[in-house]
Amino acid sequence: MEHHLNLVHNIPFFSIFFAMFCGIITPLIKNGRTARRLHGFMVLLIGALSVVLLVNVTQNGEAFTFMMGHFPAPWGNELRVGPLEALLAVLVSVVMFLTITGGSDIIFKEIVPEKQNLYFIMLNATFGAMLAMTYTNDIFTGYVFIEILTIASCTLILAKGTKQSIVGTTHYLVFGCMGSGLFLLGVCILYGITGHLLFPQIKEGVAALMATGDYHFALMIVVSLMFVGLGIKSALFPFHSALPTAYGSTMTTSSGILSGLVLKAYVILAIKLTFEVFTVQTLVELKIADVMFVLGVLGMVMGSVYAVRESRMKRMLAYSSVAQIGYIFMGIGLGSVAGMLAACFHVFAHAVTKSMLFVCCGAFIEDAGGKEQLENLKGAAHRNPLAGIGFTVGALSMIGVPLFAGFISKLYFAMAAVEMTGPRLVLVLAALAISMILNAMYFLPSVIAIWTRPKEDGEGASKRAQISSTFALAMVLFIVVNLVLGIGYRPFIDVMKLGIELIQMTL
Amino acid sequence: MSHLLTNYYEAASVILFGIGFMNLLLQNNLIKKFIGLNIMDTATYLFLAAKGYVFGRVAPILTNGIIDKDYYINPIPAGLVLTGIVVSVSVTAFSLALVLRLYKHYNSLNMDEILRMMREEEGE
Repeated sequence: MEHHLNLVHNIPFFSIFFAMFCGIITPLIKNGRTARRLHGFMVLLIGALSVVLLVNVTQNGEAFTFMMGHFPAPWGNELRVGPLEALLAVLVSVVMFLTITGGSDIIFKEIVPEKQNLYFIMLNATFGAMLAMTYTNDIFTGYVFIEILTIASCTLILAKGTKQSIVGTTHYLVFGCMGSGLFLLGVCILYGITGHLLFPQIKEGVAALMATGDYHFALMIVVSLMFVGLGIKSALFPFHSALPTAYGSTMTTSSGILSGLVLKAYVILAIKLTFEVFTVQTLVELKIADVMFVLGVLGMVMGSVYAVRESRMKRMLAYSSVAQIGYIFMGIGLGSVAGMLAACFHVFAHAVTKSMLFVCCGAFIEDAGGKEQLENLKGAAHRNPLAGIGFTVGALSMIGVPLFAGFISKLYFAMAAVEMTGPRLVLVLAALAISMILNAMYFLPSVIAIWTRPKEDGEGASKRAQISSTFALAMVLFIVVNLVLGIGYRPFIDVMKLGIELIQMTL
Repeated sequence: MSHLLTNYYEAASVILFGIGFMNLLLQNNLIKKFIGLNIMDTATYLFLAAKGYVFGRVAPILTNGIIDKDYYINPIPAGLVLTGIVVSVSVTAFSLALVLRLYKHYNSLNMDEILRMMREEEGE
């Protein structure tokens, strides 16, 4: 962890800065298409740089801190980068690029022309904030970027401009504010009892407090406030009620970004806090891990139960996200490295799968003339076969069929559970089995519905829709990424393991 | 109990936070909801400001040549409060703009009523 002049070490700062800079100059571009090109270029450039960074840190097996400004550790602000962070940055870039590429037709159709460039400002800000939350090593910076991400993601929902989307945004904003308020109070109390804002220094402070037993109650309050705050923001089960209204009322492109990435950004921060600030052991001792485990298991089952009852496709996918967030929190709550590894992999699997599902769902609804009831989407896959194949792949991955990404994360969850004993082992395996069946119960009917030819009641019923080249490109790449994660998962797991080891070593 | 009395600023700010949080969660009137948000945020600034001030010390601005760390307070909590104020101002501005647009469309500030109207329209 030494500071030396290495150009690669500047990549994290440059990524955050460049994303925000593009957000600032986008208002000068009046044309939405140009703004989209700038956005695409920015995401591709940052994605490519993140790959360079990833290769570099993985080969050297190193994690480094980057000093922001010229103040050294206990005072200044820092970024921390290891293999896990670099891999997450690559994931964010890939999913962002593919979702916006696949969904760009919908963006240009549903937003009024003079406001299209504004949408890309918010996308750039969202992207920058997610990168900052991945890289930051300072808890208050984390809070500030949580707020930036909240406002930016609210405007992504609002972009459609309909009455419903305003209601959805307000609902989402209220929940977002509650989450960040709790997180802020947690940060303040934590700063009060440890006196530091940087992760490594807080970690030392927390370790000392745990050893002496001072401020035990305050520490428990802090941990609960921060994790409940992040739980509310990432739509963990009892706090999910804003999600279906928000996703159901907005464009599918926004929903894809929000569900695939924005929810994950809060989860990533929770994982970072677990390792870099509190340590897994502290969470287990303070019983917070148990709470997260129980809420995660409940979310896995209840999210799917709600999804089964839903007949509108966007809302069904929103409830499915609630269930998948439950998986991730269950993994964190297991309180073991294996559980955390499974949670990390599920972040990847769900991000690439859910955003693909939303992009396909957007294409179906578009072809059906804006209707999103499942019965209106009958035969949608015949109108747009590529989207149909994409949706089928996504659904199979969510159910957990081998060869697809979702299977690997379920496999690792099961492996993490086998390490446990007693009720946890039974609970995890039972929850996995039940949620798999429930997933199949709502995904398979929709897959069958989109592949069923409707009875010829009109001429246009099974007419081929125009498939644009950008949509085709994004869809093929989405399917490839999903298969790569599902078949060639070993290198990803190895990088995550290395990343987790390096995070645990730092003190 | 004695802890509460010695740390009365912190105790007051946590109580205020609770009031604000419950308002944000339970109020039906949207304006009152976002006033709750403001109470909640302000409570955390009171907490930080109270933590940051040490009785008898001065702000860390070098005017009379004293270079002794026990003479000054730590400026970071004040910096955090300033950052927090900027954040909460922008969130409030955004939320009030939303409320304005909701009122234009639904002619109501009551969240339950708005949700009911939205469902009715969807049901058609």
